[in-house]
Amino acid sequence: MSLLTVQSVSKIYSTLTALSSVDMTVRQNEFHGLIGPNGSGKSTMLKCLAGAEIASSGTIHLAGRNITRMSPQDRSRAGLSLKFQITAILPELAVYDNLLIALQAHQSFWGLLRSGSRDRLHEQVVHYLERFRLRERQYDLAGELSHGQQQWLEIAMALSLQPKLLLLDEPTAGMSPQERRATGELLQPIRQQCSLLIVEHDLDFIKDMCDSLTVLDQGQIVASGPTADVQNDVRVKEVYLANV
Amino acid sequence: MPEVRRTTITVLTVIELALLSAALVMPVFLDSFWVLFLTKIFILALLALSFDLVWGYAGIMSFGQALFFGVAGYATALLSQKVGVSSVFILLPLAAAVGLALAFLMALLVILGKRIPSLAFVALGTMTGSYVVERLARGWSYVGGQNGISSLPRLTAGTLEIEEGLLFCYMALAILVVIYAACRWLVRSQFGLVLAGIRQQESRIAFLGYDVQTFKAVIFSFAGMIAGISGALFAFHEGFVGPGQLGPVLSTQAVLYVLFGGVGTLIGAVIGVTVLDMLNYLLPQMTFLGPTVKNFVETGWPILLGLLLLATVLFRPSGLMGFVMRDRSRNFLFGKKAESDDTQSGEGKA
Repeated sequence: MSLLTVQSVSKIYSTLTALSSVDMTVRQNEFHGLIGPNGSGKSTMLKCLAGAEIASSGTIHLAGRNITRMSPQDRSRAGLSLKFQITAILPELAVYDNLLIALQAHQSFWGLLRSGSRDRLHEQVVHYLERFRLRERQYDLAGELSHGQQQWLEIAMALSLQPKLLLLDEPTAGMSPQERRATGELLQPIRQQCSLLIVEHDLDFIKDMCDSLTVLDQGQIVASGPTADVQNDVRVKEVYLANV
Repeated sequence: MPEVRRTTITVLTVIELALLSAALVMPVFLDSFWVLFLTKIFILALLALSFDLVWGYAGIMSFGQALFFGVAGYATALLSQKVGVSSVFILLPLAAAVGLALAFLMALLVILGKRIPSLAFVALGTMTGSYVVERLARGWSYVGGQNGISSLPRLTAGTLEIEEGLLFCYMALAILVVIYAACRWLVRSQFGLVLAGIRQQESRIAFLGYDVQTFKAVIFSFAGMIAGISGALFAFHEGFVGPGQLGPVLSTQAVLYVLFGGVGTLIGAVIGVTVLDMLNYLLPQMTFLGPTVKNFVETGWPILLGLLLLATVLFRPSGLMGFVMRDRSRNFLFGKKAESDDTQSGEGKA
């Protein structure tokens, strides 16, 4: 059953067509990779999905709801969560508080004023800290974590919102090979929880992780389907693999 | 490894308690001039607190806090003069309501919108609001034009007249302490955690599902309410309200108080008001500095103030509080601290 359905989405910036009539589907509990050379429109696609940009035309449905023109916060409430390409944790807050702020996102004003869920959310905060190997650093400022740990923290924050679809924009960018391997291990269990859409440059990583791939080039879809099929697609080899 | 501290007894708490003790004891031993002076400091500290809340905690650059201060002053002054109301139990809630409503109206114009407004847009919008209303008051004879409204009656509480002096001083202190405590509680609540997030990464917080603009509008309106209370107290303490209490000059003074004392600490706002107003009064009194210095301070105080601000921004952005608190110790843990960690690490982590 499809969770995300993108139909004929285009994004035009004055004279530049960043996306041209893109169709894409992500099924439930599927790991889907979005790849393409620089300037292919991957980031624009992700921005249109997350609400940082509004598509010029076309529709985006998440779990049957039309989210094409929703604000980022409404999309978040509808079950979409995003990890940015450039790490966007809260550097002057403790690692613990970064997770708390994500976990309490859907509380009421009054509940937040009374700090009513502080104790109740403690166990969940600890659960995510342990799951993403950050427990030891929970009281450190998030800005003092290593780059890889900051990426994990952001993935943990995005996942703690219990999304239906998690968007990860280059989750292994700037990571060491060990951190990359560890990230793969940390992401695998997510499959039981939600679907995943990953934009990534590291092809080995994405091939091992994803069930299906969509390849973009110059704002258009070159190929889309199961990972093995897309990998062997001649056009993909021509336009993408040769450029990487 | 450096850690964020859970607030127990910290430098901040010690400073707060020391200042509270001094404020409680000092009025009894001071002569009437200094009691009046101290009362004015307590009242202006409320205005500074209102700016610290919006800028220091929510990252909203408001150059219009005097608007809420002055309009609430005018509203209560008019009510007392035209209708004869002098009860503090009516006038102060009215001032709070006027400040709140006006700040909410301003938030509707400059904060609440489809897109997150830029810092400059909010700064210019609030400053313009403050300027426009000041000009309006200067030209409107019903509110006294250039001269404002003077000879305000004394505030009353039942049959008791609240005379300027000890009684007014302790009333202002009591209000300051209650509002300070409320602000402290607010900024350390889970709501305060969201504000801290907004200040650091506004767009990230929106992607977590928070309605950032609504949070900003709420804190902005709350701060407007505090400025309103401050404005009414000021008007009745001075027995006068004028256009100068509405405009960008006083709004900028609130910014100066907070920047000088230390942004985002609450107590820095109180210290900023105290130190700057004391300097303003005491420097011209220092005759040993010679007549040239005395004259310069008397006439060129705004220039000195400007230079002081420039020096603060350039060399000590954390303000006076930066001398006693490291940046790190300003950060405290919002979440619950695990009991097992407390017992394992004791004071080191507490």
